[in-house]
Amino acid sequence: MARDRIRIGCGAGFADDRIPPGVEIVERGDLDYLAMECLAERTIARETLDRAKDPAKGYTPVLLERMEAIMPPALQRGIKIVTNMGAANPMGAARAVRKHAADWDCPDYTCAVVTGDEVTDVMRAHPELPLMEDGAPLESLLPRMASANAYLGADVVARGFATGADVVITGRVADPALFLAPMLHAFGWSYDDYAKLANGTLAGHLLECSGQLTGGCFADPGKKEVEDLAGLGYPLADVWSDGRVEVAKTPGSGGRLDVATCTEQLLYEMHDPSAYITPDCVLDASEVTFRQVAKDRVALQGARAKPRTPTYKVVVGYFDGYMGSGEMGFAGINALARAKLGIEVVKERLRRRGLTYEEMRIDLIGMNSLHANDADACPEPYEVRLRIAARTPDKKAAEAVGAEVRSLHMQGPSGAGGGVNFGARQILAVKSVLIPREWVKPEIVMESAS
Amino acid sequence: MSVRVYDLGHARAGDKGNTSNISVTAYSDEAWKVLHRQLTSEIVLAHFMHLTAGPVRRYEVPQLRALNFVIENALGGGVTRSLAIDPHGKSLSALMLTITLPGHNE
Repeated sequence: MARDRIRIGCGAGFADDRIPPGVEIVERGDLDYLAMECLAERTIARETLDRAKDPAKGYTPVLLERMEAIMPPALQRGIKIVTNMGAANPMGAARAVRKHAADWDCPDYTCAVVTGDEVTDVMRAHPELPLMEDGAPLESLLPRMASANAYLGADVVARGFATGADVVITGRVADPALFLAPMLHAFGWSYDDYAKLANGTLAGHLLECSGQLTGGCFADPGKKEVEDLAGLGYPLADVWSDGRVEVAKTPGSGGRLDVATCTEQLLYEMHDPSAYITPDCVLDASEVTFRQVAKDRVALQGARAKPRTPTYKVVVGYFDGYMGSGEMGFAGINALARAKLGIEVVKERLRRRGLTYEEMRIDLIGMNSLHANDADACPEPYEVRLRIAARTPDKKAAEAVGAEVRSLHMQGPSGAGGGVNFGARQILAVKSVLIPREWVKPEIVMESAS
Repeated sequence: MSVRVYDLGHARAGDKGNTSNISVTAYSDEAWKVLHRQLTSEIVLAHFMHLTAGPVRRYEVPQLRALNFVIENALGGGVTRSLAIDPHGKSLSALMLTITLPGHNE
């Protein structure tokens, strides 16, 4: 049955996004589809490591908690779900969900899994590929490579829906593609219908960060007010088969959705607005306009697109040493001078232990920790919190940073309180390469109850 | 009379690798004229000089009264390896708003 309009909701905009507004949009949004975007640039590298330790793992850690809350109300209403929570192990994610779904009072369902984004073997076979960041050959990263995944497009995800699946689980997919896929599936849009691809991609781009479209990341008391920010609702898109799109949010929820919030989110993580490259098209948003058609409802206009590029972007995760950090607080008279003495003491103790670091960063929280501005130009606050962080290939040297900061409690300046040692964490950095599309073989695999 | 960007528009910061992009959207046509004329990529680079040597590129979206600044090398080596307490640079939108421009009567 051909539909004239579908409604797609956003149920999550990052891995640890809040779950209640996702449940709320399922229960009150009158949706046809729910998309949940939960995969940041580097998280898949960490999940690849999880999978190496346990072949059943490697999906987004919050998968089961989120699906337990979302799946029963969604499936009961006939809402189809798409999510990239499969991360480094989409089939493992599908199996884990299946295993628990019986306990969640879930109706019977079918699940399609998108595989093939994982391309570590392709990377090993092509050490000559230039890195997008600096042009250097990929080769230097290969010994330290933790993961490599291509950003797949909406065409593959739509094939998942074409199986009739109620749930489509993917690994790495371009974020807007999670939203474009239901449109391709429901309306049969083709890849040379650029006006429709443009609107669909734009809608996906606006929705993929959940509450950032609906008043999150926006309020500034006395300047930019957001009604009931605590009750912030997630966004949805009404999409017509001719390509028209209006965005709105969960009825009765908090927040605001208007030209101002849409404009901020349009340019979020966009560089040249006339050439926003996705696997599905090159979006030209330079002439986009927003029209408020009702309270918390905006029509999108003016998006255009050029054909998709012949390449997929691959993000390569690699080990890049360790980062150690710690914090200590100082307050009252002469707090700043005591904090500065603490800095010198920690640096000198690390030096006398013979420990060296690639880079060390010192922040005075309350003065310069976020903007790295000149602390000497700041008024001295009543209290200041010292933070020291450093990067090194040596795990023990990284561990020493937080330990020395923490020791200021007893062996530092007077009145040092509230110390924390954050320990050492392994750094998983990322760089990117482009590869011909033919090198990637995406597949749809059905996961079933058997 | 000088004017703060804070009084002319609102801002949001995003990240891609080691690049920060910060949009500034004018509250009014009048404010847009000032921002469009005076908030140049040179002014922005000068204000972010302690974070990066640039370059800074500016894109204009006049029908939305918005400017988009793409500030390279501003994120301490990139979100994944930065030592910064705010590796994404989400708070840098507020730094953009602290810039003071000559204002209407330059």
